[in-house]
Amino acid sequence: MAFLEVEYVSKYFSEPNGQQLCVFKDVRLHIQKSEFVTMVGHSGCGKSTLLNIIAGLETSSKGAIILDGKEIDTPGLDRMVVFQNFSLLPWMSVYENIRLAVKAAFSEWQSHKINDYVQRYINMVGLAGSEHKKPAALSGGMRQRVGLARAFAVQPKVLLLDEPFAQIDALTRGAIQDELMRMWAATQNTVFMVTHDVEEAIVLSDKIALMTSGPSAKLAEIVEVKFPRPRLREEILDLAEFGRIKKHIIQFLKNCAHEQPANDTTADDVVGARRVAAEA
Amino acid sequence: MDQVGVLSERKRAILSSVVLLTVFLGIWQLSVKTPTPGVKAEGLPGPVAVASRAWEMVSDPFYDNGPNDKGIGIQLGYSVRRLSIGYSAAALVAICLGVMLGLSPGLYRALNPYIQVLKPISPLAWMPLFLYTIKDSSQSAIMVIFMSSLWPILANTAFGVAGIKRDYLNVSALLQLSWFKRLWKVILPAAAPAIVAGLRISVGSAWVAIVAAEMLIGGTGIGYFVWNEWNNLQLTSVIFAILLTGFVGLVLDFGFASLAKTLTYKE
Repeated sequence: MAFLEVEYVSKYFSEPNGQQLCVFKDVRLHIQKSEFVTMVGHSGCGKSTLLNIIAGLETSSKGAIILDGKEIDTPGLDRMVVFQNFSLLPWMSVYENIRLAVKAAFSEWQSHKINDYVQRYINMVGLAGSEHKKPAALSGGMRQRVGLARAFAVQPKVLLLDEPFAQIDALTRGAIQDELMRMWAATQNTVFMVTHDVEEAIVLSDKIALMTSGPSAKLAEIVEVKFPRPRLREEILDLAEFGRIKKHIIQFLKNCAHEQPANDTTADDVVGARRVAAEA
Repeated sequence: MDQVGVLSERKRAILSSVVLLTVFLGIWQLSVKTPTPGVKAEGLPGPVAVASRAWEMVSDPFYDNGPNDKGIGIQLGYSVRRLSIGYSAAALVAICLGVMLGLSPGLYRALNPYIQVLKPISPLAWMPLFLYTIKDSSQSAIMVIFMSSLWPILANTAFGVAGIKRDYLNVSALLQLSWFKRLWKVILPAAAPAIVAGLRISVGSAWVAIVAAEMLIGGTGIGYFVWNEWNNLQLTSVIFAILLTGFVGLVLDFGFASLAKTLTYKE
């Protein structure tokens, strides 16, 4: 039994004309403990919706999410999200933002213990000296460090990353990804990330789940990335295997884009994608 | 623009204001007939007469010679007291109700037609009903203040809470905050700029309403004072009292403007 099980989850939206629009259908994904799994797909395939369903912020139309043997359908402190737009509370300082989360997760702790703990996480993401700044005074990269610190500080069972680096400038992105890898290695967290940055997915993940394009998107394939850890981004980027995986995924995404929406040719496309992989 | 340029621009504005005021006072003074002793004065009193009367009133603001002759400070005190009671009660009710409406779109939609009908009613129009039901003129005036402040605060709070970014509510949901913490740490600070804007609008309209209400109920307060001095044909007092209400309104507005500054956040 996997640690986090996404069992045949589907999501439908009601359109204004009363029709049901299927975003994705029967997604089945198993994530082991301490595994880093990334979902890649075009915009509109519902990957962020799936992440929100796991977080409990949205409900699934069909199927179930099972975490550590228990079905979940509401938010909880066992899952923390790192959002694309950071979602820090702008009227609170860096320190207060993290403290709010820590106090929520460890309400039984005494005040000085909470303060020490918050400071430790601030130091960990290199924000010592900026504790009392408001998020508006920070760069995107620094804000997301706060987002990471807040999420890790809660010590969730599962960390959900919703395109966490999309709004960070390219120069800072790598540094923050390294930060994430370090923290992940130290905590052995289980991570589910969605992104459309293929390189990022390969560098960070153990497994990459490929979604076909929506509507009625499906989970088409899972690519395993078996580079040893700890990984050094510079070394990985040069590996032939890296290029092969990247080419395979990009080819897959390209095939998806040509696919007619809302028909059932998905199965053929998967075959197409696999064939390309074999040739590469 | 360099710092010097900005400063000089501000100085120029202040200078213009002073010049305008001097010209206005000069024309006013010149257009007023100098009263001949023994003949009853006609027309408006001039600025010098108003200033000397103002000095008289301000130098002894708290005397009390019975119901029709009280110092300006005492009258102002009555008005401010009515304002603070009616206004605080309205703020409390409106913010609580506004948060509820803002959080439940269904309730919002259900109550909105009634709010829209009640909002444009002049707060003074309620006066007869209050006098009939409460049977106390001073408390009725307080209720008029309550009615005048209620709607702007209610509408702004509901609007502000309904417009809170999904992200902030998501964070509070993920952290499983208790409803009290959710309210105190997320909802109220997030909606604070809108709420304070409502508070600021309504303190102005409440101050406008109290003067009118006191003219109707009589007895005490700055509004009553204006009316009483008009009955005494003391136009110098009337003019000074009018200016004084404007000044108090300015101070109130300035207070809420500074509050708004501290509670506004940048995203």
